[in-house]
Amino acid sequence: MAQAFEITVDQLSVTYNNARLALYNVNCTVAPGTITGLIGPNGGGKSTLFKSIMGFLQPSQGRIRVGGMAVEKAQKQQVMAYVPQSDEVDWNFPVSVFDVVMMGRYGYMNLLRIPSSQDRRLVMESLDRLGMAELRQRQIGELSGGQKKRAFLARALAQAGQVILLDEPFTGVDAKTEKQMVDLLIQLRGEGRTILVSSHDLASISTFCDRTILLNRTVLAAGTTAETLTPDNLSLTFGGLPLSSLQPRSPKSEVDA
Amino acid sequence: MNELVTTFPLWNWLVEPLKYPFLVQALWVSAFVGTVCAVLSCYVTLKGWSLMGDAVSHSVVPGVVVAYALGIPFAVGAFLFGFGAVVAIGYVKSKTRLKEDAVIGVVFTGLFALGLVLVTKIPSNVDLFHILFGNVLGISKEDIIQTLIAGLLTLGVILLRRKDLLLFCFDPNHAKAIGLNTQWMYYTLLSVLALTIVTALQTAGIILVVAMLVTPGAIAYLLTDRFDRMLLISIASSVFSCLLGTYFSYHLDISTGGAIVVALTLLFIVTMIFAPKYGILAQRTSQSPHPPTG
Repeated sequence: MAQAFEITVDQLSVTYNNARLALYNVNCTVAPGTITGLIGPNGGGKSTLFKSIMGFLQPSQGRIRVGGMAVEKAQKQQVMAYVPQSDEVDWNFPVSVFDVVMMGRYGYMNLLRIPSSQDRRLVMESLDRLGMAELRQRQIGELSGGQKKRAFLARALAQAGQVILLDEPFTGVDAKTEKQMVDLLIQLRGEGRTILVSSHDLASISTFCDRTILLNRTVLAAGTTAETLTPDNLSLTFGGLPLSSLQPRSPKSEVDA
Repeated sequence: MNELVTTFPLWNWLVEPLKYPFLVQALWVSAFVGTVCAVLSCYVTLKGWSLMGDAVSHSVVPGVVVAYALGIPFAVGAFLFGFGAVVAIGYVKSKTRLKEDAVIGVVFTGLFALGLVLVTKIPSNVDLFHILFGNVLGISKEDIIQTLIAGLLTLGVILLRRKDLLLFCFDPNHAKAIGLNTQWMYYTLLSVLALTIVTALQTAGIILVVAMLVTPGAIAYLLTDRFDRMLLISIASSVFSCLLGTYFSYHLDISTGGAIVVALTLLFIVTMIFAPKYGILAQRTSQSPHPPTG
């Protein structure tokens, strides 16, 4: 089993151009080899924290380490894979599913990005694992919501990143695909990978996440899912919403599952 | 042969101009420029950089004037000012709260105006009309050499870096996530954009080059979902328009650059209406496409 990487966020603050504070003094740790859920209301800074961890934006303050390394160094070693939100992708772009998954291998190739037979094999394996092999020649816009997610998850697999960040992976995804994706995430955890999943939907996250971080501008609670998702913590995070709408494990949803 | 000429007016129309060396030269130079622009237009269309192309092309004017005044190749001056404009745009954007389109508008019109001022004050044999609208029929040997060098350099860089440039257009975040240098990709794409404009300067002129940098890619984008096919269609429609436009400009005695861009635009309109999948007619007949399931 490969080495499991830990993500540590230390006193992170992010300010937007218009001087609005997006994140304030965020301290948290994503334990190695776990599935950790990042939960908070929309606009609470989940995506901003993701983008800071991935180095897509420059925090005004703070430090992020992945397996003890600076983010840039971890990225050069192909440690970090990122599965974007659906609305961050240009679905009309003229690339096929195969092209997208192959992009996961670019970091291993020479400057001309000529795929080796191993690159091709890993791309096909990743496609197979997500049941996307038959759709590999499709242009990405011709996929359903669930297939789109699986295509980008396949890219993360092909990259063989030990740390995988998934931003709102279950929006626009049917129940069957969601189950399939959760099963895969659990398998990946079994292989020693560290997985961070963001969501504003408690019901889906609470069923498979080992640990949970509650975020609204700053970290309000963190720990194992059971000890974190208390009514008090949730009302603190989502403030204002009626608690009944947030119950993570209401009897009704258990019946549904 | 003579029978062929008299029986087929179209043949005559095509062959007769070829006895003039200047026209043969204009035909292959414009086809070459059309190819270079077509390749880049695919990236410009996909990245949404039309306005950036407009900006770079206008910004090269002072560079051309200064280059002539100093006696260095026009291509060098044009490239430096075109690239400098982009650096200036990036700097102003990062230091102010302005949106990018406002910054682009301020910088390129300012540089363009500076070019106008210089051209009227610095004694040189720069013909402003030719810079603005191109003059492929009167292009000199030295200018052709500069056009060829800039064009081949552009094609070479794109050929070698096409996969990274495509990734950069599609998903710069992923490029960053796998440890690639996106800054470097950004400046590579901008450099080839500036080089392409230098390539097309003498043929199309700085105003019409924008059409050659956008329209072929736009036509191809309406016709295919595959990037390699998009490149081929873009090149084909661009070269076709360049040749057709040059012929028409000879036969009808009209502006060459103008004729090329009109031909290109007509091709775009036909594509927009009749494209098999993304044309207006096709979209109308399949109002409710069945979304794939699963």
